[in-house]
Amino acid sequence: MRIATGIRRALPRLALAAAVTVFLGAAALAPEAAFAAEPVAAEGAKASAFAPAPTLTTADYPQIRGFNGRIAVWLAAQLHLWFAAFVLAVPIFVFIIEAIGMGTRDERYDRLAYEFIKVSITAYSLTAILGGLLLFFLVIFYPHLFQYLAGIFRESMIWYALLFFAESAILYLYYYGWHWLQGGFAKWVHLTLGLLLNAVGTTLMFLANAWVTFMMSPAGVDAAGVFSGNTWAAIHNALWNPINIHRVVANVAFGGSIVGAYAAYRFLSATTAEQKAQYDWMGYTANFIAISALLPLPFAGYYLTAEIYAYSQQMGITLMGGIFAWLFIIQAVLIGTLFLAANYYLWCGMGRSDGAVRYNRYVKYLAAGIIVAFLVWFTPHTLILTNEELKALGGPYHKILGPLGIMPAKNIAVNAMILFTTLSFLMYRRANKIPTVSWVNAGNATQAALFTAGLLNIFFLGVYHGYFTNTVYKVASSIPQVLTTLAIIVASTVIDTLMYRGAKEVAPLHWGRVSDRSQYALFLLAVAFTWLMGLMGYIRSSLRQHWHVTNVFRDASPDAFTPTLGYAANVVSLGAIIFMALVIFVFWVSQVSARHTTAVGYWKAEPAR
Amino acid sequence: MARRIPRLAQAVLTIVGIYGAFRLVFDVLLGQPIPSSLLTMYMFFVVAGVYMVFTFTEESTRELVAPIRALVEDPRRKPIRNVVFALTPLLAAWFTYAGLQPRIEAPVELRSIHPAPPSSVKMFGKRFDLLKLEKEEPKKFRQLVAEGAKVYVENCHFCHGDKLDGRGPYAEGLNPVPMSFQDVGTIAQLQESFLFWRIATGGPGLPADAAPWISSMPVWETFLSEEEIWKVILFLYDYTGHRPRLWSENADHSKH
Repeated sequence: MRIATGIRRALPRLALAAAVTVFLGAAALAPEAAFAAEPVAAEGAKASAFAPAPTLTTADYPQIRGFNGRIAVWLAAQLHLWFAAFVLAVPIFVFIIEAIGMGTRDERYDRLAYEFIKVSITAYSLTAILGGLLLFFLVIFYPHLFQYLAGIFRESMIWYALLFFAESAILYLYYYGWHWLQGGFAKWVHLTLGLLLNAVGTTLMFLANAWVTFMMSPAGVDAAGVFSGNTWAAIHNALWNPINIHRVVANVAFGGSIVGAYAAYRFLSATTAEQKAQYDWMGYTANFIAISALLPLPFAGYYLTAEIYAYSQQMGITLMGGIFAWLFIIQAVLIGTLFLAANYYLWCGMGRSDGAVRYNRYVKYLAAGIIVAFLVWFTPHTLILTNEELKALGGPYHKILGPLGIMPAKNIAVNAMILFTTLSFLMYRRANKIPTVSWVNAGNATQAALFTAGLLNIFFLGVYHGYFTNTVYKVASSIPQVLTTLAIIVASTVIDTLMYRGAKEVAPLHWGRVSDRSQYALFLLAVAFTWLMGLMGYIRSSLRQHWHVTNVFRDASPDAFTPTLGYAANVVSLGAIIFMALVIFVFWVSQVSARHTTAVGYWKAEPAR
Repeated sequence: MARRIPRLAQAVLTIVGIYGAFRLVFDVLLGQPIPSSLLTMYMFFVVAGVYMVFTFTEESTRELVAPIRALVEDPRRKPIRNVVFALTPLLAAWFTYAGLQPRIEAPVELRSIHPAPPSSVKMFGKRFDLLKLEKEEPKKFRQLVAEGAKVYVENCHFCHGDKLDGRGPYAEGLNPVPMSFQDVGTIAQLQESFLFWRIATGGPGLPADAAPWISSMPVWETFLSEEEIWKVILFLYDYTGHRPRLWSENADHSKH
């Protein structure tokens, strides 16, 4: 009764908060929409109101002894992005888990969702602090750049700041109201808050993405950088949507991996069987989330890269064939490591089931398939050859390995890795079950045929269109490849679900009966994701080379050079170490609130009443 | 009953077997040696894969590490332990020493095959926008290709070869050897404007960010006309059957 009364009292306030959020969200986009509708002539008239991009000299960049402006901005931006990715991603899957809990009426999901959001709440303030730090560094070290960007994006910057209030209000209400808004209508209100939180968070990220992508592929300005006045054109530049899609998917994968690391940390430090079981389940769920988002991520990345190349040949070649090609090999190695770690975790997790022995012998074949695909995935196009090897090969081209260095081979490899990972997951699901339907053999044969035909199709599409037709078909063939992979994942999951409907359990799953080694695979996932994001973030940003805004606004600072690969890798690694240290702090702090110390003899005894 | 091979031996044999297979297939059967830098990377992940397969169950892990554990803990293995403990640091020292020994051979270099082109470049006394530069002469296509072939034979084939495979008569004297246009990883990946820029400005026109770079390609804008360079580009694509990088089928010049 008390809760119902509380909700009735709170409803007007909630409705007001929701209305404000919706208004802010709509209003944030409204000015751009209005600009877009204006006639071209009006734009021409407005153009004179904006100054061209300034031509700067070294003296225009303030120098502070003991500080390198570029590294300060680089690290602050990267750390802000890591934390922002985490705090934006967690509410996405917390919302889904809460909804699953409501659908199944299984309270464990609700507790799990709460545990997830608890981890992100401490990270939220760090995100804001780092965002502030980035802003200060930009204003201090790159004042003219900030002034120029603010001149173009002033409306969206104001709305960004205001939306941050809405984000904070909803997040705090969502988190602190978790145990208050329980049951019946109140739970629906809580879930709606989760939805609003995600809507506002995603809008915030899309706005920031517009500023970043404008610097890469400017739109709405002329060759001298004079703004036309059409804010929507500047926001909706060539790379905005590709980055939006890539970041949403990547954030979920990254967020899942960080929460997985938290679960591993709690598992390893657990002292009771109950705690071990709880954090084992949490780690499994987090890994599932991370991998579910990791599977479509290569396609989102390929789309982004294709758009970068289509926007500028120079950027495309710098990225994949020029100076950053070697960082892409590191990227390929890290992505492969993610797949290996995720599969290893699944195979180790089969130990929770007493029926897993039936499937253990297949693991070596899956591992062989994944490793072969992985080796193709990271084979570089430009090989590092000693002079002797160069002579033996008769030139820098390797007849067998050379063709493995270009995208068609990579596309085949990554689709194969995804399908083998799907097989690992299906095997994990089956480990503890015995099917009871009469068509088991037919079902297994269908699935085997599905995977075989799918792999052959992916191979054919990649080889034929990749090596024997022109680049239009080469790039386009990646779409049917992806669709084949997705179709197999969906169809095999449906068949498996139907086949194992009403299946007998071999024995109850032993949550907590998993090796410590598997928990280190979860740590590896989080570290690899972090490093990968830092590395790719550096590459994306550095594609502009000596431009603040590509071909429009030149960077004249003393740091307007592309650093060596080793130097860049060191800065990214330093950032990753700082981030990991802060994350460990966040994990530790999230546990502190549950600790109680009884300070015997410290407080005055309460007088007897 | 045959005695089962211990797990540790199985793991070692698998790794050695895969290494041997790489050497056999690439170096012996295919005659295309596998570069040592790549083989090191391959073997690192092969070892990781073998470790994963041999340790995903508790039972297998115990069996795998049992001989190592026994070597360290079993008092009866003291003589072998002493030998292993003496040899291991010596082996590490030998590897370090061998690795640090100065060699006559020049160190390997990271080399970008395709450096990124500038967005615009000055050639033939005017500025070209390489992002948009294309050439279209559909009606005279065959004639232009034939003229391009003549330009190629007179100027390019000495290095790039009469089959465009980088094996011309002078190729042996160059290091690295000239570009093979037959390779799917070269001109088939690039836009026409990239070729125009590379041919016109040659080795000296390479961007600074593409260093380290070694190229003996001449600056062809001093020997050939703008039209001749376009003609030779047509010939390169026509002869090899490759198509330049396109963004839509409408832009496919080969259809003419």
